[in-house]
Amino acid sequence: MTLKPFEDVVAEHGRTVLRVCRAVVGPVDAEDAWSETFIAAMRAYPDLGPESNVEAWLVTIAHRKALDHIRARDRRPVPTDELPEQTTDRGLPGGHDPELWKAVGALPMKQRAAVAYHYLAGLPYTEIAVILGNSPAASRRAAADGVAALRKTLSISVSGDIT
Amino acid sequence: MNMPDIVYSLYPLDSPVEQKLRERLAVAAAEAGLLDVAYRTLDTPVGSLLLAATDRGLVRVAFPSQDHDAVLQTLAEQISPRILRAPARLDRVAHEIDEYFLGRRTSFDVPLDFRLSKGFRLEVLRHLPDIDYGHTASYAAVAVAAGSPKAVRAVGTACALNPLPVVVPCHRVVRSDGSMGQYAGGPEAKSILLTLEAAA
Repeated sequence: MTLKPFEDVVAEHGRTVLRVCRAVVGPVDAEDAWSETFIAAMRAYPDLGPESNVEAWLVTIAHRKALDHIRARDRRPVPTDELPEQTTDRGLPGGHDPELWKAVGALPMKQRAAVAYHYLAGLPYTEIAVILGNSPAASRRAAADGVAALRKTLSISVSGDIT
Repeated sequence: MNMPDIVYSLYPLDSPVEQKLRERLAVAAAEAGLLDVAYRTLDTPVGSLLLAATDRGLVRVAFPSQDHDAVLQTLAEQISPRILRAPARLDRVAHEIDEYFLGRRTSFDVPLDFRLSKGFRLEVLRHLPDIDYGHTASYAAVAVAAGSPKAVRAVGTACALNPLPVVVPCHRVVRSDGSMGQYAGGPEAKSILLTLEAAA
């Protein structure tokens, strides 16, 4: 088996990687994280084993890029008195519920990542454990805790049903 | 997999966003020197042509009958799998092909990358532009020009396997009896090209 043109890889996995990036770094930084992921992937692509799980490989790269973004954000100087509201003129893609993104952003990194990699990318917990550096059981627990926390936060902050 | 409804709300995505990101990737990959093969398609009177270029020049032109996906897969194996749809690198050649089909251009002036051809086949391809626009030459005459008068059949093979049809004018090579002969894009495409050139 030989490698497909990289265009096919982008066509097949681009959307999933974008969903994952949005869930892990938030909608504002997601596009940069996506671009960095695919540039890094394209650089390494000719050396990828033909039997590799391409989606897991891409999510692994996206995870590293996401961590870079989160670290860079943490290093940015923060005003002392008051945190500005997270408004942006770039808008939320698809006009998503800002409460949901806030709730996702408030999850601990491992929970956010486990939810994204399992439910958005469809990776098994054995693969997620490799990416997160924990055990499959711990990854499964992180995803379950993440989903439970999202439900809890959103049922408090949004009156009415979550559907 | 049982998707919790709460996760499902993270799912929707705009395709314009995805489109924009893919276009941006093509530009960034070229700037980073990672775009080993760029390609686009171009609608012409002989069907949708696949145009592919390396950083050295145009490397492949393919007819619809040659199956664009199969051609791209072959390029991935023969050159590099770092292939993206990236029209910018093909702007100039696309423009020249448009002009050619409008009858406003009789020769092409773009860098060509002949890496897909070797030996005698390459020798044949290098001689084809000597056949002027609107003229034809026989397989036998091309064999003489390429330095192997007996290799008439091999000239036919070289033309059939020409990786750069239309731009490298293998359509101008015809049988000694004046009949058109075979063509990678099909006899109809060859006839369209020869008719176009004869009209000019």
